[in-house]
Amino acid sequence: MKLRKILAVVLALAMVFAFAACTKSDNGGKEDASGEANSNTAALSFANEGTIKIGSIGPLTGDAAQYGNAVKLGAELAVKEINAAGGINGYEVEFRMEDDVNDAEKSVTAYGTLKDWGMQMLMGTVTSTPCKAVSTEAEADNMFLLTPSGSSVDCIQPDVAFRVCFSDPNQGIVAANYIVDNALATKVAVIFNSSDTYSTGIKDTFVAEAATKGLEVVAQEAFTNDNATDFSAQITNIKASGAELVFMPIYYTPASLIMKQAKDAGFAPTYLGSDGIDGILGMDNIDTSLVEGLMYLTPFLESSTDEVTARFVTGFKSTYPDQTQYLNQFAADAYDAIYAIKAAAEKGNVTADMEISAVGDAMKAAMVEISVDGVTGSGITWSAEGEPTKTPRVAKIVNGKTEAA
Amino acid sequence: MKFLSQLISGISLGSIYSLIALGYTMVYGIAKMLNFAHGDVIMIGAFVVYTACVTAGLPAVVGVLIAIVFCTLLGVTIERFAYKPLRQATSLAVLITAIGVSYLLQNLALLIFGSDTKQFSSVVSLSAVTLADGQLTISGETIVTIIVSVIIMVSLYLFVNKTKPGKAMQAVSEDKGAAQLMGINVNGTIALTFAIGSGLAAIAGALLCSAYPALSPYTGAMPGIKAFVAAVFGGIGSIPGAMIGGIVLGIIENLSKGYISSQLSDAIVFAVLIIVLLVKPTGIMGKKINEKV
Repeated sequence: MKLRKILAVVLALAMVFAFAACTKSDNGGKEDASGEANSNTAALSFANEGTIKIGSIGPLTGDAAQYGNAVKLGAELAVKEINAAGGINGYEVEFRMEDDVNDAEKSVTAYGTLKDWGMQMLMGTVTSTPCKAVSTEAEADNMFLLTPSGSSVDCIQPDVAFRVCFSDPNQGIVAANYIVDNALATKVAVIFNSSDTYSTGIKDTFVAEAATKGLEVVAQEAFTNDNATDFSAQITNIKASGAELVFMPIYYTPASLIMKQAKDAGFAPTYLGSDGIDGILGMDNIDTSLVEGLMYLTPFLESSTDEVTARFVTGFKSTYPDQTQYLNQFAADAYDAIYAIKAAAEKGNVTADMEISAVGDAMKAAMVEISVDGVTGSGITWSAEGEPTKTPRVAKIVNGKTEAA
Repeated sequence: MKFLSQLISGISLGSIYSLIALGYTMVYGIAKMLNFAHGDVIMIGAFVVYTACVTAGLPAVVGVLIAIVFCTLLGVTIERFAYKPLRQATSLAVLITAIGVSYLLQNLALLIFGSDTKQFSSVVSLSAVTLADGQLTISGETIVTIIVSVIIMVSLYLFVNKTKPGKAMQAVSEDKGAAQLMGINVNGTIALTFAIGSGLAAIAGALLCSAYPALSPYTGAMPGIKAFVAAVFGGIGSIPGAMIGGIVLGIIENLSKGYISSQLSDAIVFAVLIIVLLVKPTGIMGKKINEKV
């Protein structure tokens, strides 16, 4: 009996060691791969010894994997371009991304892993909930954090945290300014989903900003998720209010119904939507004459004609010909994030041997001074709160295709 | 002019509620059960029209006819396999089965057509009428919906009151056992009721999606519930009641959206329903039936 027990313990121990050996060899494999990647870039020459290490965290597997993978590819493309052009301040840039499966706890673990690796600043995290958790850690370390796509307001609470994308409610401000700057209308109406925080958040900031800009909001009409098919009452009110433009901070399905019913009611205003409208042309059997002239804010527009977007799109397609499905706003946000880091690091004279906290101080001071022409907007500048200001990309549907407005 | 416009939209929305409410009210009146799958039969009808007209490119009229035939068969099939075996069961069991059928249809549609919202092409080719220098526009869909609802309502009323199968329906509604003793085929009559109700559902689906052209597997759910309310409002079991209930509901909903608050419209609709039922528990047109002891 006793002998059996001992045997069991011995066997169990043997198994544990076997597993440990497995994970070890896995790690070994990984290091080899990155070593190979390094030897490829070693052909490039840099003015200074040492590397600047940028870490990133995001979902590379799981439900949100498409976001993380797009960020990874976008960032790697920017890093490759920067290294080919001599790096940042003459140092080679090293980029490493860890998977968090869109889970806050795993994200914090990944943050620790990256710190052990020697990360000096963090380009991440990709999704909002993990980002909140990691930004607390970053604050404690004074680690510079730039999230490409964390749009929730509290992602960037610490003063060392910044973001590339617009926060959700900020789209309202951007939309109001866009209408005023381009003299699209003087009287506007808003139709929003009162059962959705995304929609009401944008609507509130839009109305507040419109008031300060002298833009008259003549009608504010709401609907709810349960009541999102018949909009005739709202449209009648908007039509009677004399609005020239209807702002729609909503998703595309109700938007398509609103436009159809407005047409039926003989009402043809200008339409401007938030980024929730993106995808309206992807609806099955969409009547393109209905959405003709519709404009919406979008972080990334593949057909945009500006130089940066053209360089990004061509670079992405030639570098990742098999992964063009990731050519989306997340890749664009990450691409801009790396270039913003480059600009700030050059401004703040960040070097390879600087401590995390010193890098954080230098970057934080430099971020509010730089201006970056990016894929997601031109002339991007940052406030001390970490919010970007940029001319938004506005898409317009012309002849059934999206164009830059 | 704004008031008139709100009123017309209300009547248009109300006519669709009426058409759907007819299906609820007929089945309830005759089989004494709440067929909660009715809203989903409407959705299936709309998908059949979509497949016939958009995918196969058939003319709208043909598409609607195919949908009517398909939904009639579907209604009879549902009745035969899901409800008929439960004829002697408690009404609760039948109600749960109806909810089950509702989910079955929704998930079948999800499986076949996917969850993406599809834009429905209108089956109505009538162009809009503009009155008073463009201040009032009535869409072709609105006109057709109102006309079709009235025609269906009148012919259904005549059918139930003047024809033999219609009278058989009334007899079954009053007393199944006695009707059977008088030589009426009770099962056949109930199947006929389902056939008519489901055929109407196909028309309602085509009109609903022509007016509000976003089609998804959940399209029928909310209008189905609202129409059920309309049927109760007008007096469940009564055909003119379904028409009046639907139109009154549509008008209240639209006027409260237009003049009080677009967020509170549902609350107002249901508050009115509660008041009506407190004052007249059988609904506007409902007859008070003495319980047989």
